[in-house]
Amino acid sequence: MEAVRQLLDTSIAERRDSILIKGKQKKQLRCDTDSVAGCVSQRACVYCGARVVLNPVTDAVHLVHGPIGCSSYTWDIRGSLSSGSELYRNSFSTDLKEKDVVFGGEKKLTFAIDELAAKYRPQVVFVYSTCIIGVIGDDLEAVCKAVARRHNIEVIPVQSSGFIGNKSAGYRAACDALLRLIAPGDKRKIAKSRSINYLGDFNLAGEAWIIKNYLKEMGIGLNVTFTGDSSYNALKKAPGACLNIVQCAGSMAYLAERMAELYGIPYLQVSFLGVEDTSSSLRKIAAFFDDDDITRKTEALIVRETEQVKPVIEAYRERFAGKKAAIYVGGGFKAISLIKQFKEIGIDVVMIGTQTGRKDEYQTINELVDDGTVILDDANPTELERFMVEQGAHLLVGGVKERPLAYKLGMAFIDHNHDRKHPLSGYVGAVNFAGEVEATLCSPVWKYINSPSVWNDEDSPGGAFDGTSAL
Amino acid sequence: MLDSTPKEIKERTGGVINPAKTCQPIGAIYAALGIHRCLPHSHGSQGCCSYHRMHLTRHFRDPIMASTSSFTEGACVFGGGANLKTAIKNVFAVYNPDVMAIHTTCLTETIGDDIPAYLGAAQVPEGKFVIHANTPSYVGSHVTGFANMTKGMVNYLAEATAEVKKEQVNIIPGFINPGDMREIKRLVKAMGVKFIMFPDTSGVVDSPMTGKFEMYPVGGARVEDIRDSGNSRLTIALGSYASKEAAIQLERKCKVPAKTRNAPIGVKATDQFLMALRSGFVREIPYELEEERGQLVDIMTDTHFHFHGKKAAIFGDPDIVIPLTEFVLSLGMRPLHVLTGTPGGLFETEVKKMMLEAGLKGRVKAGGDLFELHQWIKNEPVDLLIGNTYGKYIARAEDVPLVRVGFPILDRSVHSYLPVVGYKGAMRLVEMISSALLDRADRDARDEDFELVM
Repeated sequence: MEAVRQLLDTSIAERRDSILIKGKQKKQLRCDTDSVAGCVSQRACVYCGARVVLNPVTDAVHLVHGPIGCSSYTWDIRGSLSSGSELYRNSFSTDLKEKDVVFGGEKKLTFAIDELAAKYRPQVVFVYSTCIIGVIGDDLEAVCKAVARRHNIEVIPVQSSGFIGNKSAGYRAACDALLRLIAPGDKRKIAKSRSINYLGDFNLAGEAWIIKNYLKEMGIGLNVTFTGDSSYNALKKAPGACLNIVQCAGSMAYLAERMAELYGIPYLQVSFLGVEDTSSSLRKIAAFFDDDDITRKTEALIVRETEQVKPVIEAYRERFAGKKAAIYVGGGFKAISLIKQFKEIGIDVVMIGTQTGRKDEYQTINELVDDGTVILDDANPTELERFMVEQGAHLLVGGVKERPLAYKLGMAFIDHNHDRKHPLSGYVGAVNFAGEVEATLCSPVWKYINSPSVWNDEDSPGGAFDGTSAL
Repeated sequence: MLDSTPKEIKERTGGVINPAKTCQPIGAIYAALGIHRCLPHSHGSQGCCSYHRMHLTRHFRDPIMASTSSFTEGACVFGGGANLKTAIKNVFAVYNPDVMAIHTTCLTETIGDDIPAYLGAAQVPEGKFVIHANTPSYVGSHVTGFANMTKGMVNYLAEATAEVKKEQVNIIPGFINPGDMREIKRLVKAMGVKFIMFPDTSGVVDSPMTGKFEMYPVGGARVEDIRDSGNSRLTIALGSYASKEAAIQLERKCKVPAKTRNAPIGVKATDQFLMALRSGFVREIPYELEEERGQLVDIMTDTHFHFHGKKAAIFGDPDIVIPLTEFVLSLGMRPLHVLTGTPGGLFETEVKKMMLEAGLKGRVKAGGDLFELHQWIKNEPVDLLIGNTYGKYIARAEDVPLVRVGFPILDRSVHSYLPVVGYKGAMRLVEMISSALLDRADRDARDEDFELVM
């Protein structure tokens, strides 16, 4: 295997166990480890993980305690939509300076919360700790407690110093903050309802609203979404739900487990990516209620929607024959859904990787993909390039940093992260996904890629050129 | 989105709302990308590196490469020496750059990592270079980080080896787009002066589509050229915030005289840049540039009535905003609010002086934020906002047009390829500003006021 030999030749020894080729090696993929020092890693940090999970809480003040950067880079980047408050789209920072680092930042933090509380009158303030807060030893808990009492609001510290782990640790820090927020003063006073919580949807491009409408049609009330388009008051009702459904397991499986322990709420893993997964997820939810009316309505919805999108997707399938895709996304669960979704539109996945996938997720990925598919964890751009090219991929699914890499290789690209512009959830999302694949894969721009041979080719769109002209 | 910004301005002590700056390391990465075959390295947690690459990628729409020391809890307790040692070994083994440019982060500064000491013990392959800059995120801004890394290039690479200084000029362009760097090089070439520009990100972050991914594209200042900058007869630093420090260091280290000028934005600043070049090398301004200047002034006279008396707010990085304000004044506009997020320096003095000369009473602030700028605009409305992408929230809330200039621009493309510097760049600014004002006039016009000829 050329790819493997090359890899062994030139890559960092520590990386070898994080890459495998299905059907060629028996080894277990190494994942969930720290990145190697000196890597051009595509991974982010703990704070990033915490911020992306909590940021969609729309009426909260999200205050970043640290130097300015952490706040600047996360200002309104998530693309999660709100039907109410827009407060979350501002960027608040204590903007620590040298003297704060020397003498401590607690005073400045207190001032900042005081001023923000007076100005915006929020019911909840999330205070994110960044790298140096963990080092200079500000007592976040104490400051938050004092300020909360003074303003009679909730001020919740998020322990997200960048170095304590990777993005997954940040998801966990965010979930811990959410658990504090939803904890009722008195457990006996929880008003139980027949509605459900939807975990792990951040309402990117309005995706949570699509699912909310499906549930409504099925006769099931949506209590609150974690955290897309959520608010303080809505989150407070979370313990009363009869079921949690979990879309993004990477960020929210922990919260679901904790809520099961604390409030006895069972949870179901669902996926609304692709027609097949959407239908089976809706059926799973209906089955939980074991109610003839709900079942009937669910089946009617599935039949109607499936019939509507089937011919559209069929038409796309024909256009995509023979095309191959590469996937590099954040979490393992999304990767799994994407494999299935590509199967629906007739595209083979030839390379797949994640930043933070878990062992069991890689197991599932290994079962789903064809022999010869490259699977890799925490890949760097050089590895991505090598395998995309060797595997003959036509299309990459990834995030911000992967986009220009794909383009430079003359490869189509889809953003399945913060920068997505169309909802990719549910039936309409499946059609949008196929539409996005078509828009990038079938664009005429790829014909104009300027390689020297084009200059001699009379059939190229640029026309014939004198072969002697210098490039 | 900004409906809740109150009009009443109160003193704030607890930090920033909607920043007009970001942290030093991203500037250090951008500067380091201006060396040919250089891999910037972030000594800190991997989130920092990821954010900088993301942000730069969104602005330039090109792959941005940088490695990280990937700090863990252990590294914080025992120091980052082991991480850096491993990183240096891995970077040269795997990515094989000619130069590795290390910058620190708030974390590694706070725990007191001593980079020079680590470098002394590091094994760097023959013929390769490791340079470094201290860039604590809690001091200055991204512009300061750019300045520090540029100074680092002088510290590590520049050498005075020739007995007599060579007939060549060093140009330190500052934190500007590759399109601007290309334009400055074109101006200097037209003047017929031999030059060394560093850092130079043209050909790195505006690389052409070839169907191949190049880890190190063709552009960037060559190491041998940066070394030779110690032998030049003159250094022109464009901008006192991003470039001056490096020029002064070059003067100190290699006895190359330094001149600091504004970034050549607008007629006056471009004139001054060319004058500095001419007086250093006693050459006539070529007709080509004289013609360009004449064309620019011709355009300004053709359009001055569109601009006269229009009120503007300008924000962004100080080296850009200072000459931009000067140019906007020269068009007859009234820049009432001028703000930068970068603290300190001569910003307030310089801009206030210009306003005073123009008989204008306006607000000027260094180290401000966009919340404050918004409040100013609420109290004294403007016809136009000039700044980076983050201005769009204010533009929407106050229903004023936004002309995008500066860093970062995340919602429009092509801007990084085209200049705002030089006479050509000024023409482009006139086009951008007048189009924004006239598009707005067209949109607002009643049927009977809607005009074909404007």
